[in-house]
Amino acid sequence: MKPYLKNYELYLLISPVIAYFVIFNYLPMYGVQIAFKNFIATKGIWDSPWVGMKHFDRFFDSYYFWRLIKNTLGIGVYLLAAGFPIPILLALMLNEVRRKFFSRFVQTLTYAPHFLSTVVVVGMLFFFLSPQNGLVNNVIRLFGGDPVLFMTEPSWFKSVYVLSEVWQQMGWSSIIYLAALAAIDPQLHEAATMDGASRLQRIRHINLPGIMPTVVILLILNTGSILGIGFEKIYLMQNDLNMESSDVIATYVYRSGILDAQYSFSAAVGLFNSVVSFVLLLSVNFIARRTGDNSLW
Amino acid sequence: MRQNAADKAFDIVNYTLLTIVLIAVMYPLVFVVSASFSNPERVLNGEVWLLPKQLTMLGYQKVFQNKDILTGYGNTILYTVAGTAVNLAMTVAAAYPLSRRDFKGKKAIMLFMVFTMFFNGGLVPTYLLIKQLHMIDTFWVMIVPNAVAVWNIIIMRTFFQQSIPGEMQEAAAIDGCSNTQILLRIVLPLSLPILAVMVLFYSVGHWNAYFNALIYLTDRAKYPLQLILREILIQNQMNEMNNLTEESYASQVMNAETIKYAVIIIANLPVLLLYPLLQRYFVKGMLIGAIKG
Repeated sequence: MKPYLKNYELYLLISPVIAYFVIFNYLPMYGVQIAFKNFIATKGIWDSPWVGMKHFDRFFDSYYFWRLIKNTLGIGVYLLAAGFPIPILLALMLNEVRRKFFSRFVQTLTYAPHFLSTVVVVGMLFFFLSPQNGLVNNVIRLFGGDPVLFMTEPSWFKSVYVLSEVWQQMGWSSIIYLAALAAIDPQLHEAATMDGASRLQRIRHINLPGIMPTVVILLILNTGSILGIGFEKIYLMQNDLNMESSDVIATYVYRSGILDAQYSFSAAVGLFNSVVSFVLLLSVNFIARRTGDNSLW
Repeated sequence: MRQNAADKAFDIVNYTLLTIVLIAVMYPLVFVVSASFSNPERVLNGEVWLLPKQLTMLGYQKVFQNKDILTGYGNTILYTVAGTAVNLAMTVAAAYPLSRRDFKGKKAIMLFMVFTMFFNGGLVPTYLLIKQLHMIDTFWVMIVPNAVAVWNIIIMRTFFQQSIPGEMQEAAAIDGCSNTQILLRIVLPLSLPILAVMVLFYSVGHWNAYFNALIYLTDRAKYPLQLILREILIQNQMNEMNNLTEESYASQVMNAETIKYAVIIIANLPVLLLYPLLQRYFVKGMLIGAIKG
């Protein structure tokens, strides 16, 4: 009993935070049950009638289901394939720069886009890719090509999304690898140089294994969030014309839930997404633990 | 000696690639700055490539005449200041007890919080809750639902554990300091760098956020800057593509064209001004967080 009494101030201090998590995180988890009910606002969450898996069945059978899965997974995997290795490469390259001024300079400037808001980045995409007067299409016209409808053509959506994401985040994401590289013992490099290892060999056999633990942890986290890809940017880039390849689970939940007020149905779609994401995270973590010594748990 | 030639080749390739990356990242930003000071007609005709053409402040003047932008700017400042203050208080209130070795139950509480990082109720149940709490369209909806971030609690707790000697706190306790006094007189004064990191993390987040406003606000007078920006930068642009034949098209485009580059600069001004500071502290914060993820 004693430590509790002695530290009563600490419990008092943390209580508002616990209350916050109960109200804003755990109450909505309780509210998830409407996914299995027919939510009627006047009856409230508890008294609305149960309908079992009806909303899930409707979602699985709907025309949108495969399109949403295809787009959500497609964008997630594409982003992982391009967005994950590039910051590692950038860090490895920056680490080889001997002129500290140059490396500092590149770092400082490549971090900058990270601080732009999503709205501004998407706005810039619209300027630069505009078919009438966008810079990219001006260049294409200059070389005699036809303007490309980057922002409305479904086949371009995923590439524009992923490449702009890489543009915005590569510098920032490289920080963590640079820190891991800085922690590698320089004696390893000295010894390897004595033995006649070239720089590429040293990168491959010293630097890469050195940052592997960091790489694996981040890979687990990134893979776990494949299905959770950001609503914010996709929603802003979305329009009637590119819907076919831009509609993902998150934007669908927003449309059917908030705009069309189909609460129970979209809660079911959201729940499906969370459960699959969670299972994905657990399995990637499990595989990582089986195959190496790095894992989250 | 072959080694040296290979090294040299490596350096050349490396520096070239990095320079290309640098240009690719910087060019769009430089272009926006130049375009914001140029005559919009020149920009529209594709004459601006790198430096401003026909220097003008017209875009900036129009931004300051636009009521929506000014209201949005004021709202964003309000949400950012109030939101960050709440965030900071909540983060300290959670991180300090959790950093104490003699705080019973810290593991359970930590798990309770970390669980929410991986699993949550989702958009719709959260929306219904906010509705039930009658917070839709209020000032509070921009502050309270994001009162604290678990990740930042972890960063701050790690800092408290690693940078503030436990012995010092124990000594203070023996001298009769209460826990509150220890926190206020010893721990917080020693934690200014991490507090700065937190202020920056949270305030940039508030400044750039639009999601909660999109979902919970319908009253235009409460819109933050990002929602106004969305109208100017994105929705106008969409209309532009759809209404090619309309007569008012030309003037409409010119108006949007005049304002859009300048508004980006104005909107990012605080972040731009803080950038040297941000850069240093953000990197620091990221690394503290990375040690113990």
